[in-house]
Amino acid sequence: MQRYIIIRLIQSVFTLIGVSIIVFSLARLSGNPLDVLLPDEADDETFIRISELWGLNDPWYIQYFTFVKNASRGEFGPSFKWQGRTAMELVILHLPATLQLASISIGVSVLLAVPIGVMSAVKKGTMLDTVGKLIALLGQSLPSFWLAIVLIWIFAVQLGWFPTSGRGGFSNMVLPAVALGWFSVASFMRLTRSSMLNVLDSEYIKLARIKGLPEWKVVWKHGLKNAAIPPLTVFGAIVVGQMTGSVTIETVFAWPGVGLLALQAVNARDYQVIQAVTMFISVLFIGMNLLIDILYAYIDPRIRFN
Amino acid sequence: MTSQADNYQAENYYEPEKNIGEVVLDVRDLRTYLYTRWGITKAVDGLNFQVRAGETLGIVGESGCGKSMTALTLLRLAPKPAARIVSGEIFLDGENILERPENEMRFVRGQKISMILQDPMTSLNPVFTIGNQMVEALGMYYQEEQQRGLRDRAVDILRRMGVAAPERRVMDFPHQMSGGMKQRVVGAMAIAGTPRVLICDEPTTALDVTIQAQYLRLLKQVQAESGVSIIFITHDMGVVAKMCDRALVMYAGRVVEQGDIRTLFKNPSHPYTKALMASVPSMEEKHVDKLYSIEGQPPALFDLPVGCRFANRCEFVTDKCIETYPPSFANEQGHSADCWLLEGQSEWRQVTEAGV
Amino acid sequence: MATEGTVLQLPQRLPWYSVARLRHLTNLIFKEYPVVWLTILFLVLIFPALTADFTAPHDPLKQQLSKRLTPPVWDQTGDKPGTWSNILGTDKQGRDILSRIMHGSRISLMVSLSALAIGGTIGTTLGLVSGYFGRWVDHLIMRVVDTFLALPLILMALVIVAVFGPSFYTAIGVISVLLWSRYTRQIRAEVLSIKALDFVARARVAGCSNLRIIVKHVFPNVVNTLIVLATLQVGTVILLEATLSFLGAGIPRPNPAWGVMVADGRDHIASAWWIAVMPGLAIMFVVLSMNMMGDWLRDKLDPKLRQV
Repeated sequence: MQRYIIIRLIQSVFTLIGVSIIVFSLARLSGNPLDVLLPDEADDETFIRISELWGLNDPWYIQYFTFVKNASRGEFGPSFKWQGRTAMELVILHLPATLQLASISIGVSVLLAVPIGVMSAVKKGTMLDTVGKLIALLGQSLPSFWLAIVLIWIFAVQLGWFPTSGRGGFSNMVLPAVALGWFSVASFMRLTRSSMLNVLDSEYIKLARIKGLPEWKVVWKHGLKNAAIPPLTVFGAIVVGQMTGSVTIETVFAWPGVGLLALQAVNARDYQVIQAVTMFISVLFIGMNLLIDILYAYIDPRIRFN
Repeated sequence: MTSQADNYQAENYYEPEKNIGEVVLDVRDLRTYLYTRWGITKAVDGLNFQVRAGETLGIVGESGCGKSMTALTLLRLAPKPAARIVSGEIFLDGENILERPENEMRFVRGQKISMILQDPMTSLNPVFTIGNQMVEALGMYYQEEQQRGLRDRAVDILRRMGVAAPERRVMDFPHQMSGGMKQRVVGAMAIAGTPRVLICDEPTTALDVTIQAQYLRLLKQVQAESGVSIIFITHDMGVVAKMCDRALVMYAGRVVEQGDIRTLFKNPSHPYTKALMASVPSMEEKHVDKLYSIEGQPPALFDLPVGCRFANRCEFVTDKCIETYPPSFANEQGHSADCWLLEGQSEWRQVTEAGV
Repeated sequence: MATEGTVLQLPQRLPWYSVARLRHLTNLIFKEYPVVWLTILFLVLIFPALTADFTAPHDPLKQQLSKRLTPPVWDQTGDKPGTWSNILGTDKQGRDILSRIMHGSRISLMVSLSALAIGGTIGTTLGLVSGYFGRWVDHLIMRVVDTFLALPLILMALVIVAVFGPSFYTAIGVISVLLWSRYTRQIRAEVLSIKALDFVARARVAGCSNLRIIVKHVFPNVVNTLIVLATLQVGTVILLEATLSFLGAGIPRPNPAWGVMVADGRDHIASAWWIAVMPGLAIMFVVLSMNMMGDWLRDKLDPKLRQV
């Protein structure tokens, strides 16, 4: 178990290094990054300041170490678009809004997807299963940005139930959360259903029934703990999908989160902020996956002991 | 053919002084059909048999003849929604369990009738410890006891099933055990609720040959201690000869012959039974060029012929066989078979209608 | 015994109108042969992509301000009734939406096929190398794969586009960069199991070079997986391209990419819903049928991919 965690930890560090190399080199894809990345209105003073901060006159490997050193302290430099703030400050400032939206949509999608997935596997071939399959199918084929617009059209414009955009009370959150969560509900449900179907077919479920266990215990104890393994492995990917999906959803709903910040930063070529956001989300993802790997080992003893 | 039977008797550890009691399980006209989108598959089609206390009944037949479906039907665990029990009665300890509501079946399963599955590698849940899985079952059978007491009981039962160092084994996960050990654990779970009837669905096919004999001996021992009736499902005539007191030969969803082991082996009366016995390799015959095998395939269970189901593979087939399903003929030793060849023979007496 | 999924022969005596036969027929159409999905794909994607130049009713770029914001033909109620000349209506510059969707099919198809070809080739090659050679090569490649999977892809795409400027080729390049890691992972896993098989060892004993073993012995065994994976990914790629275009980082205006069209319609959703809804429906139908095709192919060619 310890060995397993240590190996995963080392792998995560390598991944982190990889991410930092990519983020670092993206800015240098075309010669001096400042020519491309600084907004046109940047004056000479900023030019020199940034050159020094990034150490642009040094050889590239020293530049990289400077970058890593600064990044590890959360220093990505000052923002150009939002004067007087550093990039990291901006990310932290926008984070609560994104986390609020993402956690609600992930929470609701897990709460919806797992029971529906399990039940549609248990009641295979019934109406419930058909409805479940339909949701799963649509969820994977509807573009989320389009769904967001259609939701606004129907529920905000036509019916007037919810506001069209902005962050505020609970009613502001409903439409963005649905648009954001739709895809993850679908993929979770599909995975839960298919892995539950495999599990329900297995001999140990038969044995659990032979022993005389009540059906709920057969399904929710013996079935779900085994069936949870495949959906769990994609959980990290889905969470990050939500973070990046938030770029489109937050744009459509003018939700003041990290996604909107990122898009505005890209449009303004505010590279400090872009670096900060990218590194931040990647670190979040890597940490998340590490956590999931540990959880995974906790659920599946075969991994824990090998 | 007789030399074959003698051969089995030689290595048989059948004990004639065995104490066989009253009827525990009485199955009458049991039919389980599978309703698939392509048609109705008659997996179990009119089964009649009885099992007495302390007795071992063999169910023999090729794969796909309905043996396993019979076993699952007895537990009312045939895969839903495809499988439906369309007729019949299953009297277990005098009670027709088919009349029980589904949610009360769990008091029957494990405690009155239990089962050992074929493949030990997959029949234990990989994510729970052995102890957890045993205690969970015991908790239902002995509700008043504390967790501690249940664990001691689990250890005790594991020891009875020949698991070495059971105190430590209860902490193990299934993947930490060998196949033979897992099958012992599965057996322990099956007898944990002191059932009256224990169904063993080919429990040794997945095991090493050396472990197989050990396991069979263990089952015999458990039976001698607890007086449980065993229904032993297999395709291996050799194992039947070693283990069973009586046997049913199943073919295409029906019992084609049943009887006492001795009479069955001495005097197999249905051509299918004869063929089955001939297809087992013999130790006696020195020069066997080729192992006998039954030509052809059993009929598809969703498109059964009207006549005898073995007709297309039978050496002695007549027009009558193809036209009408034969009645059962029985003799005085309680031996019976469904075959037109027995018609008119002095010791055989017709006991059912033809063409059913 | 009949198990689900096997096609058994239907007993011949049933009349054609019996329930079993009708169910047999629907099963054939939906499950055995994906007729419906192929038809949708042909109508919405392939046919327009090939023939939009002469079958589209209008020039997709021609602006006619007099006809601007015409609703679809069935909407006759407003002060501007729909016309047969613009069946699905027009956008705010008076461009015909149906024609734009038809030309958009070509963009979607070209971008997704090119990106799949490039990403698939790179990904498969790396997967073959990684799985076959193992050791440090494998470690190195897998860490790179992990890195790419950890990056917020859409954000990276936005950055790349910010550096290079949006264009058709940037879109293809960006999507290929985002795609390859998936192939590498899957193919590597496949190669690992193939490598353990006898014929690979035999080829090695016979003195085949590594390159020859990979090309002649290993690769043919992963082709099925590759086909299934690629089909399952066409939908994903179309969605990705549409998302990028929607955010202004994919196909640049005024090209009629579906994502761009939805973005154009976004501001008019209250007054002219059809501008955003119609191209979105096209995306949905194509992705849906592609996914169904992928599922079908997977069941036929490579059932073990079920968990993917």
